[in-house]
Amino acid sequence: MSFPSNLAAAIALAALVTGTLAGRDSHAGPRAPLALVVCADPNNLPFSNDKLEGFENKLADLVGRDLGLPVRYMWLPQRRGFVRNTLKAHRCDVIMGVPSSFELARPTEPYYRSTYVFVYRKDRHLDLQSFDDPRLHHLRIGVHVIGDDYANVPPVAALAQRHIIRNVVGYSIYGDYSQPDPPARLIDAVVRGDVDVAIAWGPLAGYFARRAAVPLDVVPVSPQVDVPFLPFVFDIAMAVRRGDDTLRVRLDSVLERHRAEIERLLANYGVPLLPLTAEH
Amino acid sequence: MSGQICSRAVLLLVALIPACKGNPPPARAATSPSSSPRSVPTSGAKPIMAPAGKEWTMPSGDYAMTRFSSLDQITPANAAQLKVASTFSTGVLHGHEGNPLVVNNTMYVVTPWPNILYAIDLTKPGGAVKWVYQPNPSDRAVGIACCDIVNRGATYANGRIFFNTLDAHTVAVDANSGKEIWKVQVGNMDIGETVTMAPLVVHNKVIIGNSGAELGVRGWIKALDAGNGKEVWRAYSTGPDRDVLIGPNFKPFYPDHRGTDLGTKTWSGEQWKLGGGTVWGWVSYDPDLNLIYYGTANPGVWNPDMRPGDNKWSLTIFARDPDNGEARWAYQMTPHDAWDYDGVNENILTNIQMNGRERKVLVHPDRNGFVYTLDRETGEVITAGKFVFTNWADSINRKTGRPAENPAYRSKQGMVTRGICPSATGGKDEPPSAFSPVTGWFYIPNTNDCMDYQGLEANYIAGTPYVGASVRMYAGPGGQRGGLNAWDAAAGKAVWHIDENFPVWSGVLATAGGVVFYGTMDGWFKAVDARDGHELWKFKVGSGIVGNPMTYTGPDGKQYVAVYSGIGGWMGAVAFPDVSTDDPYTGLGVAGAIPDIKQASTMGGMLYVFSF
Repeated sequence: MSFPSNLAAAIALAALVTGTLAGRDSHAGPRAPLALVVCADPNNLPFSNDKLEGFENKLADLVGRDLGLPVRYMWLPQRRGFVRNTLKAHRCDVIMGVPSSFELARPTEPYYRSTYVFVYRKDRHLDLQSFDDPRLHHLRIGVHVIGDDYANVPPVAALAQRHIIRNVVGYSIYGDYSQPDPPARLIDAVVRGDVDVAIAWGPLAGYFARRAAVPLDVVPVSPQVDVPFLPFVFDIAMAVRRGDDTLRVRLDSVLERHRAEIERLLANYGVPLLPLTAEH
Repeated sequence: MSGQICSRAVLLLVALIPACKGNPPPARAATSPSSSPRSVPTSGAKPIMAPAGKEWTMPSGDYAMTRFSSLDQITPANAAQLKVASTFSTGVLHGHEGNPLVVNNTMYVVTPWPNILYAIDLTKPGGAVKWVYQPNPSDRAVGIACCDIVNRGATYANGRIFFNTLDAHTVAVDANSGKEIWKVQVGNMDIGETVTMAPLVVHNKVIIGNSGAELGVRGWIKALDAGNGKEVWRAYSTGPDRDVLIGPNFKPFYPDHRGTDLGTKTWSGEQWKLGGGTVWGWVSYDPDLNLIYYGTANPGVWNPDMRPGDNKWSLTIFARDPDNGEARWAYQMTPHDAWDYDGVNENILTNIQMNGRERKVLVHPDRNGFVYTLDRETGEVITAGKFVFTNWADSINRKTGRPAENPAYRSKQGMVTRGICPSATGGKDEPPSAFSPVTGWFYIPNTNDCMDYQGLEANYIAGTPYVGASVRMYAGPGGQRGGLNAWDAAAGKAVWHIDENFPVWSGVLATAGGVVFYGTMDGWFKAVDARDGHELWKFKVGSGIVGNPMTYTGPDGKQYVAVYSGIGGWMGAVAFPDVSTDDPYTGLGVAGAIPDIKQASTMGGMLYVFSF
């Protein structure tokens, strides 16, 4: 079945004036003021926090400005059930950063690509670049661990495949949520010398390395894709509910229009950026 | 029941039912072999204490966790006449695990989060709410709990009701007035701890344990002073012996359980600090030996390759002194877990005559597909048999206590391992079995699912993209996804079994009347004959059953049977409208096993009470 395009536009507009972009399903009539409702973690810099200091907060502002919508937030720690309790529960319209292969929702086109990185103190002069560096068998290595069933960050897998296990120290990705930005404890451990090197997701490492009390090196890991197929480089997109193609298409065009501005924003936050593939 | 089914049943089981009139026909009593209906099997197990009777004061009826009641008004001859006596809406949707208590003609109901406690006056017609206690747990707990927002119930002692709240508090409430006597924080949500288990009171101590092994928390069991909630002792499941409360009186049966600080040495580096082994299942107690028994959950940091070693004391049954917490023995069912086979299931205490000698045993149907009969004085494995299709291990070596693993089914990083049975939900999960001294058998609810451990699915958490493996589950051999087994623990094998379309995620009740009750995820509450499993009666409740049936005598002297209806929990959450079954990996893989549950059950939150 296909609608005439002006009818489709009218329906899309009706959805807009009935409240959040998520809409409240099929009920007609006036609703809460128009807004773009973002589901985000209130305590997870550099991505987002409830003081609106993260780059995803800034990006939400940019999108809101372009679409002419005020931005509102639905806050929840990003843990198991995040998507189910936010986007899928129709409590918001968009998640600002997910891998572009994300299956629980519908991603937009990716707006940046980053990589896992080695992080170590400059004064250690380690010059580490590769998972195949033999020194990794002896250095004390910090990684994020998740603990969810059957799930671990790629560096853990890469180290385990090389039988680098006993000198690896896990830092809970959830951490102690009463502290600011719990995943940052991994970078703190490098600063304090609790570990010789951390292997962390680039945006997190880049941001906290810039704010560290001592100079840190942040070096993309190599290889980018380990055998048999274990990537360390990810394209990151926004995500909407599956089926919410109206919003997705609008977000895609916002991302397209502001590509350069978004790149500057990310660079300001210290996000290690790799070129996005040119397939689009 | 139609005459057609009746006549078919007569054809199939002509020996068991002489006529087919009032009573419904038997269910599939699939393998009812030589069991002569009226005789108690000679190898049958015997009770060690008086069972529940007119009242039901603790989670599983008695300290031995038998879920057996001495009430006998309901029998195979009259169960077909059971009718709904009353119903009560809890006002909460989501998974209703556990069961109500009945003390002094009052019924106590604890709901899933927000963990409301209702006292219902049974002397009033249809039952009337006497008071309501609301602990107001933090809504942050909802985002932290791994597997729905369940609560497994309360316990009663000395005029007080004790229960846990999802936001990791324990409360004591006056059973008469509903006034809060004390409320203490027992865990820290900031590091991922929640509490879902039902406490047990032993020697004026409230025994509790934490949940959250999925979030890398470190498991513990604690005793709180029932008088004021102050912590008396705490034993961790991982770490050095002083944290695990392992001292000179610790005498495990098997050599590889002996040694100093195995809670750190069987791990890589300091991974034991995030080592899981939470205590979210059931606690039982033997007053003669003065020992409590409980099991620990999966080890933390899921990737097994990152934690080489046995990962003690995850997936372990502990025997502890309830007064000071010290460990007396331990037995690890599944060393170096690669399947999520939590060891938290019930430990039912009975005595069994074996080789001319009475053994004090503990019977434990584990997630890993084996029913263990252990000597509860020593931790020795007496028998261990499979109760569902199981291929990750062939048998349990009684000399070493270790499983004879099948290496083809040990999951590995970066590989796809197909056809592992049982799946991560296990041959059964927490819903507790029952033991009937009438037959000497155990009645075990089960799940018949297998899984593919499939590497490299994109996932997402806390702004960190990662590649983990994920799990896809599907029905095991036979196609039925669950059922009920009658188990002979001395022989280590099933006597009969009933197939069910969906996993049986309800607990079981056995009565002196010779009736066994259980419920199904598609909402059938059933009574079957304890001797051969033939179906006596069933009733369709509003929402799937993941709670545990219990029984009591009302003020009118009649026997009542009560059960919660309200689908949810780990598997049951697939029925929720906001959980998609488009992706079979949803809910850690359970969606693939039961995508059709959405058609079979909607959410609910009701108590049903049945009688004549």
